[in-house]
Amino acid sequence: MPDTDDRGGPLAATPAQTIGPFFGHALPVPDGGRIAPEGHPDAVTVHGLVRDGAGAPVPDALLEFWQAGPDGGLAGAPGSLRRDGAVFTGFGRVPTDAGGHYAVRTLRPAAAGRSNAAPHLAVCVHARGLLHHLFTRVYFPEHTAAHATDPLLAQLPEERARTLLAHPDGPGRYRFDVQLQQSADGAFEETVFLAFR
Amino acid sequence: MTAPASPAPPPPAPAPYRGAVERHPRRPLLPFDTGTDPDAVELTGPVFGPADVGEWDADLTRQHPGEPLGERITVTGRILDRAGRPVRGQLVEIWQANAAGRYTHRQDRHPAPLDPNFTGVGRCRTDDRGRYAFTTVKPGAYPLPDESSWRPAHIHFSFFGTAFTQRLVTQMYFPGDPLLPYDQILAAVRDPADRHRLIAAFDHALSLPAGPLAYRWDVVLDGPSATWTEEGR
Repeated sequence: MPDTDDRGGPLAATPAQTIGPFFGHALPVPDGGRIAPEGHPDAVTVHGLVRDGAGAPVPDALLEFWQAGPDGGLAGAPGSLRRDGAVFTGFGRVPTDAGGHYAVRTLRPAAAGRSNAAPHLAVCVHARGLLHHLFTRVYFPEHTAAHATDPLLAQLPEERARTLLAHPDGPGRYRFDVQLQQSADGAFEETVFLAFR
Repeated sequence: MTAPASPAPPPPAPAPYRGAVERHPRRPLLPFDTGTDPDAVELTGPVFGPADVGEWDADLTRQHPGEPLGERITVTGRILDRAGRPVRGQLVEIWQANAAGRYTHRQDRHPAPLDPNFTGVGRCRTDDRGRYAFTTVKPGAYPLPDESSWRPAHIHFSFFGTAFTQRLVTQMYFPGDPLLPYDQILAAVRDPADRHRLIAAFDHALSLPAGPLAYRWDVVLDGPSATWTEEGR
């Protein structure tokens, strides 16, 4: 039960626990990665690998995406769990496959609100063996000017910022890999993960 | 007449679950002060409507033609943010083992029976007071695959707040379970008061005569949100 702080301070938060190995029959939903309305001419694919510190693909991760629409709107819409193919809900959820690969089909966001942030996808990474989910972001390579003023990217050294950039991967396709841990041989730079305060 | 047995010594503290160490970032998480970007995308979050949840999603005992085995229970509670405000109309998801301690998951090799009338997956949306409610069966305990210990009965929960930052995945435990002091995963929460927040309360008054046993578990979501008050942080 939540404890009320005698001083009227904030309630103590419920702690997180590992998602465990058995979420696969519970959390993924049909068409969870089809964020873009069906047949939308501007739809793009964002796909990639989730890897661990040994360079091995992570076959039991679950990625959640939350984003503004092409108009910058962040109101969202119901329907992410039972897609009708017409509504852009702004939310997607996809498990990685046996090879550690994921893919979502979405619309590129515009910058939201008054923020000087560059357009991006917010990502929440869940996986067996993590004690707490991880937050990261996917930025797009077209917004070089906006990246310079983005409150997150602008504070990062180039090699760290690069881990948050999707790479062009053919027409209408972007590649974004999630490296959970820096590999010992340095071949894979660890993705930047965020603690929101 | 033998002398009364001395109280059992407290169990040795279990080694806290560390997870898959090759999956943990080596670098500390990068702090992101949402005060510097009050329009940050993560201060909002997905919305779910009545059509996202099916009629029987919140009653795990009614998802198949037959009756599942096990002790009928309800689990209800409120979802609040840290300022005590109810989280309304948001998605709550659960998954759990059946009464014998077996998940409907192909990778669960525990040799306990599957129940053809129980999948162990549920969803609901919170009401205007932030309340959620599930009807299910009490999950069984089961041994870890390495047989190092048994996991106490627990239900996995997934919550969304008004902000993506408030996302929470955790596990709920049952009061009085003798396995609680031995569980490595519960022990991964290091503070005893925090561990206590993961244990539901039995509600005798809510347990109707011959109705399901009622458990209450309130949840407080962490993380900044767009509606956070100045004095809250």
